[in-house]
Amino acid sequence: MSNSNSITLDPKIPSGSLEGKWTKYKGDVPLVSPNNKLRLDVIVVGTGLAGASAASSLAELGYNVKAFCFQDSARRAHSIAAQGGINAAKNYRNDGDSIYRLFYDTIKGGDYRSREANVYRLAEVSANIIDQAVAQGVPLAREYGGLLANRSFGGVQVSRTFYARGQTGQQLLLGAYSGLARQVGAGKVELYARHEMVELVKIDGVARGIIARNLMTGKMERFGAHAVVIATGGYGNVFFLSTNAMGSNVSAAWKAHKAGAAFANPCYVQIHPTCIPVSGHYQSKLTLMSESLRNDGRVWVPKKKGDTRAPNEIPHQERDYYLERRYPAFGNLVPRDVAARAAKQACDDGYGVGKSKLAVYLDFATAIERLGEAEVSARYGNLFEMYEKITGENPYKTPMRIYPAVHYTMGGIWVDYELQTTVPGLFAIGEANFSDHGANRLGASALMQGLADGYFVLPYTIGSFLSTQIREPKIDTKHDAFVKAEKKANDDIHRLMSIKGKQSVDDFHKRLGKVIWDKVGMSRNEKGLKEAKKEVEEIRQDFNADLRIPGRADAFNPELEKASRVSDFIELGALMVQDALNRNESCGGHFREEYQSSEGEALRNDEEYAYVAAWEHTEPGKDSTLHKEPLLFENVELKTRSYK
Amino acid sequence: MIISGGRTLFSSGENKDKSMNITLKIWRQDGPDSKGRFETYELSEVTGDMSFLEMLDVLNDKLIKEGSDPVAFDHDCREGICGMCSMVIDGRPHGPQRHTTTCQLHMRSFKDGDTIHIEPFRANAFPIVKDLAVNRSAFDRIIQKGGYISVSTGQAMDGNSIPIEKANADAAFNSATCIGCGACVAACKNASAMLFVSAKVSHLALLPQGQAERSIRAKAMVEQMDKEGFGYCSNTGACAVECPVGIDLSNIARLNREYFRSHLKAEV
Repeated sequence: MSNSNSITLDPKIPSGSLEGKWTKYKGDVPLVSPNNKLRLDVIVVGTGLAGASAASSLAELGYNVKAFCFQDSARRAHSIAAQGGINAAKNYRNDGDSIYRLFYDTIKGGDYRSREANVYRLAEVSANIIDQAVAQGVPLAREYGGLLANRSFGGVQVSRTFYARGQTGQQLLLGAYSGLARQVGAGKVELYARHEMVELVKIDGVARGIIARNLMTGKMERFGAHAVVIATGGYGNVFFLSTNAMGSNVSAAWKAHKAGAAFANPCYVQIHPTCIPVSGHYQSKLTLMSESLRNDGRVWVPKKKGDTRAPNEIPHQERDYYLERRYPAFGNLVPRDVAARAAKQACDDGYGVGKSKLAVYLDFATAIERLGEAEVSARYGNLFEMYEKITGENPYKTPMRIYPAVHYTMGGIWVDYELQTTVPGLFAIGEANFSDHGANRLGASALMQGLADGYFVLPYTIGSFLSTQIREPKIDTKHDAFVKAEKKANDDIHRLMSIKGKQSVDDFHKRLGKVIWDKVGMSRNEKGLKEAKKEVEEIRQDFNADLRIPGRADAFNPELEKASRVSDFIELGALMVQDALNRNESCGGHFREEYQSSEGEALRNDEEYAYVAAWEHTEPGKDSTLHKEPLLFENVELKTRSYK
Repeated sequence: MIISGGRTLFSSGENKDKSMNITLKIWRQDGPDSKGRFETYELSEVTGDMSFLEMLDVLNDKLIKEGSDPVAFDHDCREGICGMCSMVIDGRPHGPQRHTTTCQLHMRSFKDGDTIHIEPFRANAFPIVKDLAVNRSAFDRIIQKGGYISVSTGQAMDGNSIPIEKANADAAFNSATCIGCGACVAACKNASAMLFVSAKVSHLALLPQGQAERSIRAKAMVEQMDKEGFGYCSNTGACAVECPVGIDLSNIARLNREYFRSHLKAEV
């Protein structure tokens, strides 16, 4: 694999000390004057935490913003489903937290595969997010003294997580959405719901707009702007079954990738350890049970293989509380990748419980004894209810059955320190980019990063680019580049509609998901990955030969929307396989079976793989080209991650 | 509030593993201006652990393979929080189980041989997009008129600078949990949006941060609500009974008070 000249990876990390970089950057970055801002247009695709916070903040600054979401309302983006909390280095607990600690925990939690400067900035702005949310009226949990409450989360030893019962994502998103609504009301944001970005438009190599499909009418529409921001979340739905919303997709990011934006570390996927297990072949999605449950819940399996007794009939001494046994320092609060792999191992070894034997127990009996049912209900009531609704079992009486599920993707569009992609004028924020979580994300850090990017980073860094654009007139959507992009978008739809085969979109999506879960999931090996490569290519060819989409292209047609997304997932799947094959080490969410210690812990290879793998698209069915951004650690020492 | 036919949360799960035959009568309508009609579908091998929407997935897959048009319905998170799923099931928004969205409803709530009627949320302010999918953008326009606190990024002071009494914080939270699904409108014989609007007005009126705009907010949001064509509230309480997240009727009382108060504060 050679470095071609079409993409150069310049991370643009400011010079100076780690602590001073962001301050220095903000002091040096060129500004755009207020009256020039009024002449500049920005497109923001996606209205989750990152997109809504960016769109409203940019509009408040004076830019003219156009915001897009595929849902029927901006308030429904999947950030809304985040349960547990948001981290911030406030040190309100006086327990030794600091910006540096949050930075260090995040770098370590990410298994030393993220960029120091970006992560430090994230920790630095984290406290402002809480202030901003409170000012918007976000009802974060409070104590009787009226001050903000905190809870603990996995992978850290301080209590820095702010929360709103088990609905933190909902409350933060509604806060960001209210800010966005205010700007729509003020005429500074034009909001396009039920619109899906289907092409990125570049003029002279610079991102200048998008083609969006109006999902109500099926018509392609052109939108021009001086800069484009992708805030469309992660690609977890490549697995078909995940905790993502049904509509969550990679398409906008993938179209940007095909238009020249490098895609980084696609093999870094977070498998969340505590989800409700699959119940049948009709399963359409998986539901997460917040990591906060591991504060008081204890994970166990029977000591005897294939034990069929009901959980309450198994005495304590015949239970293996395997996380407490293997990781005494962190116990049930080990990071997600560690907890997920341990659950898989227990089930693979024959200790799994429930009908499918693909589950372990998460037990609250000890907590109920210690705290009483009322207190447990106050902490986790809504989660217990949700569990009961889905499984028909009462977790106050019998332990929850849980199993890992795909939850978050650390990989994403490559961005530099300014959150700009390899396409000038194209930015990527939130889960859609790759930058802050390395190979594994810590709990309660997704909300933090999405809002950090949108409220406090992009509004500064986009100025660096837009300050060079003040002479650009309004982007003319009659330009040839728009005509061509629109034609391509229509051709793609036409191609899908005219396959007229026999199998539904879901048939292909399930097939793809199974290959990716089995071979590019919680653990991977060379043989499996090579098989996956072949299988994904076969799926791609079958999809193009035998897909059936009912209905018309020029109307509301959810099956067509799905088909177009799955088409992109198949291509992404191939890239994930290639990335996982390339990375001959185990780190974070990427566990290669060939690289593990005798105790089954991940073995990193810092000598050869301390780099970001940024991929350049060639063509569907062909290998992508690898570009490497070396990761330089000037402030932390690379250690074996231990939670023992 | 006591209602008949409401099922308790901790159900017995008696239909958990059984395979059921279900008859579906589903409202089909091509677009906002076309005429709609009920169509009947038979579905076998429905199991109790299937969610209601997974049951519709199975139906749609069957329809696609038969060469017919699948049923369009809105849905996204399928965990009861995004508010996108709608539909009226046997006359009740989100179906028979209390405090449960359609996506969280499971087939164990039904019996072998049941006939289930499925309709869209019906209201003039929610035009039908197709079949069971409706356009609820009117809700967004109401929020855009005042469902926010005017604070721009960067203006905030420390989050602990204003202590908030826990009871108020909790009450504000309860109102803030509204998922914006529109079941309250669909449940109301007048298609009133009072519960939705009152939840947002209450959430912000209960917090110190929301005081500065308290009066203009209530007025502006109610004005927009009327403009969108929602009906008036006649206090039947159906909205609160059907609300999947349990938004309380007392929010409407508070909205009335806030609205009244906004008119007492004469502009000077």
